[in-house]
Amino acid sequence: MTTATPNPEELTRIQAILAGHHDQFHDLIRPYERTVFAMALAMLKNEADAEEATQEAFLKAYRGLAAFRAESRFGTWLASIALNEARSILRRRNQFPTDSIDSSDDEQPGISPALLRDWREIPSESLERAEVRSILRAAIDNLPVLYREIFLLRDLEELSVNECASTLNITVSAAKVRLHRARMLLQKELAPQLKHLNPKRRWFPWS
Amino acid sequence: MVIDCKHVWDAISSYIDDSLAPETRELVQKHLDHCNICSAVLDSTRNILILTGDDRVFELPTGFSERLHARLDEQIRALRPSQDA
Ligand SMILES: [Zn+2]
Repeated sequence: MTTATPNPEELTRIQAILAGHHDQFHDLIRPYERTVFAMALAMLKNEADAEEATQEAFLKAYRGLAAFRAESRFGTWLASIALNEARSILRRRNQFPTDSIDSSDDEQPGISPALLRDWREIPSESLERAEVRSILRAAIDNLPVLYREIFLLRDLEELSVNECASTLNITVSAAKVRLHRARMLLQKELAPQLKHLNPKRRWFPWS
Repeated sequence: MVIDCKHVWDAISSYIDDSLAPETRELVQKHLDHCNICSAVLDSTRNILILTGDDRVFELPTGFSERLHARLDEQIRALRPSQDA
């Protein structure tokens, strides 16, 4: 699991920014641009809105940098700002689910995964194919927003389960249940598609 | 004690995060050692999480970074005009 301790280099940089070296903020956020944008895009499903949300999130982070508490990681803090930005856009669009859906959610029966006799590993290089990216994107887009959020925080932003729970303001056990469903839904949707792609199209060097 | 496939599926996510209680983990592990179906569920889930969690799945629009940093610059200059002389 990811440790909750902040990266010392980042802390030094943050202190320098707060002491007046404002331009260092550019370098501070560079490693996070892609993931923050990816999370915003997966939440909002619209490139222009995602770019706007990403810019807003980084501007807010800059303006609020003095409020960053060093007991959490900078990336975790940033992820929660970005998530809130995306949520507020969804709310404006009236697409954000209410709490009642949220609570009944925990009583749903378990999700059965797609069953296969074996699995041949699909390497990350396959992401170079637009076709593969679009299959993956569609599966993420189709996750209900409650599951999409936790999946993005945990498996894209790489927050720990505890960090996810506190970012989403839910209990650790609720976070685990939600994360499990998100992952099972993705497996159920994607395993058959990716498996079928594999033997028919010989796009892996070793197949 | 022996557990069935359904119990293993329910434990897949926690197994991947290594957050199962040691006794449960051992039971799950024993089952996985003998069950091809559950092993395939585990392997495919892991593989799919690596692929879907990759930020390359969502492509950055052209000029994204330039626009972001230009906007940040504007903000920095607006908030600290005296610092940039
Ligand atoms: Zn089994």
